[in-house]
Order: sequence, then structure tokens, then C-alpha cells
Amino acid sequence: MTTGTEKRKEKKVEYWKWPESRSTTPGIDWTKASIITCGIDVGSVSSQAVIMTDGKLFAYSSRRTGYNSPESARNALNWALEGTGMKPEDIHYTVGTGYGRVNVPFAQRAITEIACHARGANYLYGPSVRTILDVGGQDCKVIRCDERGKVETFLMNDKCAAGTGRGMEIIADLLSVPVQDIGRLSFEVDEEPPPVSSTCTIFAKAEATGLLESGWPLNRVLAAYCRAMAHRIGELILRAGVAKDFAMTGGMAKNEGVVKRLAKELNIDILPPSFDTQIAGAVGAALFAKVLAEKEQKK
Amino acid sequence: MLANYGYKDGSGEYFITIDTEKCNGCGACIEPCPEHCFQIGSDENDPLRDEPVAAVVPGQRQKLKYLCMPCKPAGRAVNKLPCEEACTPGAISHSWYHVLQR
Repeated sequence: MTTGTEKRKEKKVEYWKWPESRSTTPGIDWTKASIITCGIDVGSVSSQAVIMTDGKLFAYSSRRTGYNSPESARNALNWALEGTGMKPEDIHYTVGTGYGRVNVPFAQRAITEIACHARGANYLYGPSVRTILDVGGQDCKVIRCDERGKVETFLMNDKCAAGTGRGMEIIADLLSVPVQDIGRLSFEVDEEPPPVSSTCTIFAKAEATGLLESGWPLNRVLAAYCRAMAHRIGELILRAGVAKDFAMTGGMAKNEGVVKRLAKELNIDILPPSFDTQIAGAVGAALFAKVLAEKEQKK
Repeated sequence: MLANYGYKDGSGEYFITIDTEKCNGCGACIEPCPEHCFQIGSDENDPLRDEPVAAVVPGQRQKLKYLCMPCKPAGRAVNKLPCEEACTPGAISHSWYHVLQR
């Protein structure tokens, strides 16, 4: 006879874990570049490193932050440099941004993500962008900018988890759906359901559970949640005002379930991204690094 | 730049807006605020600006609803808030005035 409690071994899958990525732009010889700058965006959930040679995107990496900001900043940089032959010493100027910007040990300067996202979106989407929506891990920012990427007005919601990437991750974990599949699955429904009534992450979680119990299929619950998220973000945007062109940055821009519903809600076109939207902040930081390095050289 | 400091939650929108084009960094807003909501420093959202500018103190941004309450008593008419009155260039404004008869 066996005594004591038996524990069933579980294979733990963490559904919130979105895939990390890195890339190098082919055809650039960095050894010939006159100025090499780096932007590090240490967010609450993800960390990005972007290397720019003469103001052109050379390499980037995007990773999950974890609990140690300085370490994540270093890891992101090392991964971005991997296989390029470049060493951290070759970088002339580094700017840190994001939630953990003061925790980037090798950065010469820290700049807020507001300024960096405007600059980054201006570079990545082109100068026609006037409104930028950045939905990050634990906040949501609306930025209006001019044709040079200079901020004209901004507002940020970092008090409430509703309408943030973290809210989506929590739903992913609750419903055992990989977070990057939520958008696609949320459209596989017979008809669009009404949004979940509460946008509060905690109450929405309870409501989602309730809907499943009442017999809703999984995809329908996802659709209802995405719709509520789009509505919540949309309300914030209206306060700042919408101007064309409208672009999205941050991880939520990859979730078509929210992006398409938001476009419908605000009755606008959202520029389709042709790159990893999560790197926008770090791109802006690297661009500022170039300006600041040149300013220092002149002195 | 219109810098909106604050938040939106289930009960409403609580933003203090500082127009950085109008702000001259004089610091007249610091003293009158009973909850010490303002600070003067370099513009954290415009790294290329050299002149100092006013901003809402980072720790206070998440509780403006409660901090500003004493200056916005319910049912009593207040012409102008102390911070708005102190600001001669007129750079400061609030997003919520529902308890005031202006």
C-alpha cells in the first residue's frame, strides 16, 4: 500500500509566451559605416535591441524581459549582434528607452518611449504617419506627431491593465490558446458576438470563464474579448483625436483580432506593418542616439 | 507639445495637460499645488529641447483623481484652480471639471 499524496506530472505549456525574433538586414557592410548607434527598449514584457549603421536599420532582436532588466538589455544586444561580427565596443552611442530605461547599464542616455515610438514609427511607416497607437505589455499610448516624428500630443494609460498586452496574455493562459493565435481564431466564428461587458482584466477573466460554462465555443469567447479590448483602446484614442495616417506599434499590432475590430470601431484604415512592430521604440532610440552622438561630436 | 499626464479608469478620465510650447519653465506652479504635483526639469519627451519645462511628478500621475480633489470641492464654485491661476502663460489645464461651476 502506498502512502502520502501522489502528484501527477504535468507538462507545463505557457501560452502567453510569444515567439522571440531577430533579424539582420542583408547587404550592409557595417565596417564601412561612419557611425553605429544602438537603441535598447526594455519594456515590462519584452526587450528589444536595434543596431543602426548611419541611421539605417542593420540588425535587431526582440526578447522577453524576465525579472532582471540590465541582464535582459545585455541579452537582447548580444542576440542582435550574433553572427554580424560586430562587438558591443564598436557601437558609438546607445540610448535606452521603455519602462526599464534607467536600468540599461551601457546606455549613455535614457529617453522616454513616447518620443522614441513617434520617431520609430516615423522611420518604419514613413513620414505620413500622424497618429501612433502603441499597445505594450502593461500600458497603452496614443501619440500624435508631425512629419518629422516630433511629438505634438500624447497620452498614456499605465494605471489599468485593461487594453494592454498583459490582459491578452492572461486570457491566452486562461483559455490555453497560444497568444499569437488569438487574432486568427477570433474570426473563426459564425457571427460576431457582443463584447464582454467588463474590460477590467480580472473581471473579464471571470466573465470569459462564465461564458465558457454557459456553452459558448472558445473562438466566440476570444472574439468577445478582442472586441472589448478594441473598444477600450478606441475610447482612449478618441481623447487624443485621430488623424491620418494611423499606425500601430507594439505587440498588440500583431493581433489582427484587435487591429481589425479597432479599425472598424474608429472607422479608419490602420497602416499594415511590414516589419516586427515591437521594435519601433528601439528604432526611435537608435535614431535619437545618432542625433545625440553627432551633437556631441560637434562640441 | 500637449503632454497629458494622468490616466483613464472605470470612473473617468483624469489628465493634467501641460502645453510645452506655452510653458516657459518658470516654476510658478510648484508652490501653489497643495499636493506637490509639479516639477521643473528637462523635457523627458523631447530630448532635443534644451529649455526646462514643467511636468507632473511621476509618482503623482497615477493618483490625480484623489490628489486634485481638495481643489475641486463638490457643489462649490471655483473659478480657477491654484495651478492654473499661477501659470501666467496659461499652459496648464485639467481634463475633468465636472464638480465645478465655471
